[in-house]
Amino acid sequence: MPVPILKQRDYLIASIQAALNDEDLKRLREALVAQVGELRSRGVIVDVTALDVMDSFAARTLRDLAHMSRLRGAETVIVGIQPEVAFAMVQLGLTLEGVAAALDLEEALTYLDRKTRERARAK
Amino acid sequence: MGNGAGTLTEETVVLIKADNDIVVARQQGRALASQVGFSPGEATLIATAISELSRNIVLYATQGEITVAAVANGVRRGVVVVARDKGPGISDVRRAIAGGYSTSGGLGLGLAGVRRLMDEFEIVSDVGIGTTVTAKKWKQ
Repeated sequence: MPVPILKQRDYLIASIQAALNDEDLKRLREALVAQVGELRSRGVIVDVTALDVMDSFAARTLRDLAHMSRLRGAETVIVGIQPEVAFAMVQLGLTLEGVAAALDLEEALTYLDRKTRERARAK
Repeated sequence: MGNGAGTLTEETVVLIKADNDIVVARQQGRALASQVGFSPGEATLIATAISELSRNIVLYATQGEITVAAVANGVRRGVVVVARDKGPGISDVRRAIAGGYSTSGGLGLGLAGVRRLMDEFEIVSDVGIGTTVTAKKWKQ
């Protein structure tokens, strides 16, 4: 079940459409990290609205993705964590530390625009 | 194991051998939980617990099985999840449930987390023989 990756301006948007197994998640991570370099992207948005379960493996893979992308110059935002998924994550002690999260795509884009501006100013 | 008055009304068994079986097990578990009358939110908690338990099987025991069944105790209804493997077993069960304990480089929170997601939790593990985790959740 490959996840389509869209390019919008300087950002990559991956919208998970269905339950993913571990291999699918790893493939998504590799594809995004590779495309950040190829397309010189400044931001990565992963929409997990349709993800059925965020277990320890999924959380770790998304966290690794965010850290790897940051090392390649892009910020990552996770979008659409459902309330019950958030509750389950808290019970499991999964924190996604160091990874930005937003309620929806609009908010994620606003966040990335601000981050990108801050970085441009710092240069 | 509660009051032991559980009556089995329906069950599903999923063999766990590869990571795709993890997805199958949690989806079938969610479907059964919905049938029993759990809300989508509660079903997500049960599905998450199944995901963690079946991942432990793939990681540590290579193969095993997940059984999800409807249970009843008087008027109370719920589901029981049984994760069974013939893997290496856990030498220090107490530490494994206490969290922060892992030998596979994972987050080390699996069992402690499953215990928090469910209402009842029991683990029987013998080194060299295998591990059986039984977890129940009751409808509110």
